[in-house]
Amino acid sequence: MFAADELNRRNHASGRLFKILFGFMTATLVLPVIIILAMLIYQGGAVISLEFLFTNPTKAMTAGGIFPALLGTVWLVLVALLVSVPLGVAAAIYLSEYAADNWFTRAINLAIINLAGVPSIVHALFGVGAFVIFFGFGTSILAASLTLAIMTLPVVIVATRESLQAVPIAFREACWNMGATRWQTIRRIVLPNAITGILTGVILEVSRTAGETAPIMFTGAAFFLPFLPQGVFDQTMALSLHLFVVSTQVPNMPDQVPYGVALVLIAIVLLMNSLSIALRMYLRGKKKW
Amino acid sequence: MQTSTPPTALPQAAPERGAAYDFARRDVAWYLDKLVQLLVFIGGISAIVFIVGIFVFITKEGLGFLAAEFKAGEFFLSANWRPTSEVRPTYGILALIAGTASVTGLAMLVAIPFSLGAAIYIAEFATGKVREALKIVVELLAAIPSVVWGFIGLSIMNPLIIELFNVPIGLTVLNAGIILGLMAAPIMTSIAEDALKAVPDRYREAAEAMGATRWQVIYKVVLPAAKNGLLGAVLLGVGRGFGETMAVLMATGHSINIPTSVFDSVRALTATIAAELGETAVGSPHYRALFTIGIFLFLITFLINLTADLIVRGIRKEN
Repeated sequence: MFAADELNRRNHASGRLFKILFGFMTATLVLPVIIILAMLIYQGGAVISLEFLFTNPTKAMTAGGIFPALLGTVWLVLVALLVSVPLGVAAAIYLSEYAADNWFTRAINLAIINLAGVPSIVHALFGVGAFVIFFGFGTSILAASLTLAIMTLPVVIVATRESLQAVPIAFREACWNMGATRWQTIRRIVLPNAITGILTGVILEVSRTAGETAPIMFTGAAFFLPFLPQGVFDQTMALSLHLFVVSTQVPNMPDQVPYGVALVLIAIVLLMNSLSIALRMYLRGKKKW
Repeated sequence: MQTSTPPTALPQAAPERGAAYDFARRDVAWYLDKLVQLLVFIGGISAIVFIVGIFVFITKEGLGFLAAEFKAGEFFLSANWRPTSEVRPTYGILALIAGTASVTGLAMLVAIPFSLGAAIYIAEFATGKVREALKIVVELLAAIPSVVWGFIGLSIMNPLIIELFNVPIGLTVLNAGIILGLMAAPIMTSIAEDALKAVPDRYREAAEAMGATRWQVIYKVVLPAAKNGLLGAVLLGVGRGFGETMAVLMATGHSINIPTSVFDSVRALTATIAAELGETAVGSPHYRALFTIGIFLFLITFLINLTADLIVRGIRKEN
């Protein structure tokens, strides 16, 4: 009745050809990186042990562990989150629940895009000019974390805004009709329904913040410190900068040490990202509306 | 008003709408509502405050240089970046611009076709689990920190390039270009894929109903409909490559040079700031010159982002 003619066959063949071509292009992007990651795991896995994670570096960082850098990254991330999460969630609530569609909202959106797009080294310059010098925080965890917080603010804003907007408008209308104020509606209806989505954004931000190097180079992270930070006005070592230091700045560095540092850093970042993705998929599966 | 009043739990005299109504509602909840509105507004405006703040503070630090040592001709047209010279320091960033441009250009040459291809594959050909898995992999690849990429360039690509091409040094335009390409590609892929998915399915169905093949649908219908989004993706990728710091600092070889081949070492604008800011005295001409490079970087990326935003918003209007 309907037999494939010559044209049909040619079209089918060309469709398959393009599928193979684009599949090949995808593979070219993905496979080399996976091979590289496998090499990192293979080389770095050899040095990673509890001792490597929880002892101080010794012999001009060529031996010993990475504990001060690991702890410093935790400090930097936590202080940055304290600033960027409340600020970012507030901004997202404003954009999703209050903002009208006008030039002012567009200006805010453009500012958010630019905060994400400005080179990290320019954020570093801003951190030096504003926090280290103008506000007089000196090179400290506080100055570095504030710089990181501003740089990663868009991550929280975008994720939070998306999850707020995913809450159906009918939920809000039902609440308003009961006489609730806007804030009561947001607090009792919108936020509880969006909280997991916001959490995915926060986890993503942890991953971004932990991996950044340039913004902390001159604002609070030190190449090497003989002591651990005691408060936000101390300098600190950081894992990302430590990788830069051990792979470029230290003579006679044994090959495996930088691999180990790189593996720890990338493990933290990818774990956080996977957690965020898993949470998002769980959320999508659970959605009732 | 009366008919819609629920039978229980309302205050006895529900006030009429209007001024009196508003006034009567000024209880704790009303004031709290206004307070929160103010607080989230501050959050919203903070993004603008920060972007303006970035410009103000880097300009403030760079201003002394712009007022005294800055000569536009030398700054943009001289390849001599010798800020530490005792006799006569010169501040020409042409070689640094060439370094940034060559690395970003090579990276985009590789990354643009491949990430658009990958986006087409993920959006139009892959289905079900394969599609989901690829999207996750692309997202994870985009998350790898730039310092790790720099380390990969230094310790994996460097010996590989020396071996493969039989050249004395592997920290070159080629190395940084490949690293930067691999870095920018996942981001471009995922934005481009979003743009392709934003094309309504009824366009594809209409074309298929006319007897178009898969490729004809993509080439004649989907790509033209998504072209603004794709252009936006490319621009954001360019911006990302242009502003990348740690990876180019570690993989370019960091020597001031206008490259004549991909096997030359170069130095990028961003990397220069990262490498030299720590050694300069606050307020010295060298320090201020580095901030002036920062102003230049800020303005260029601002322009790229603005253009990308205008283009992407263009499609929203059309739809």
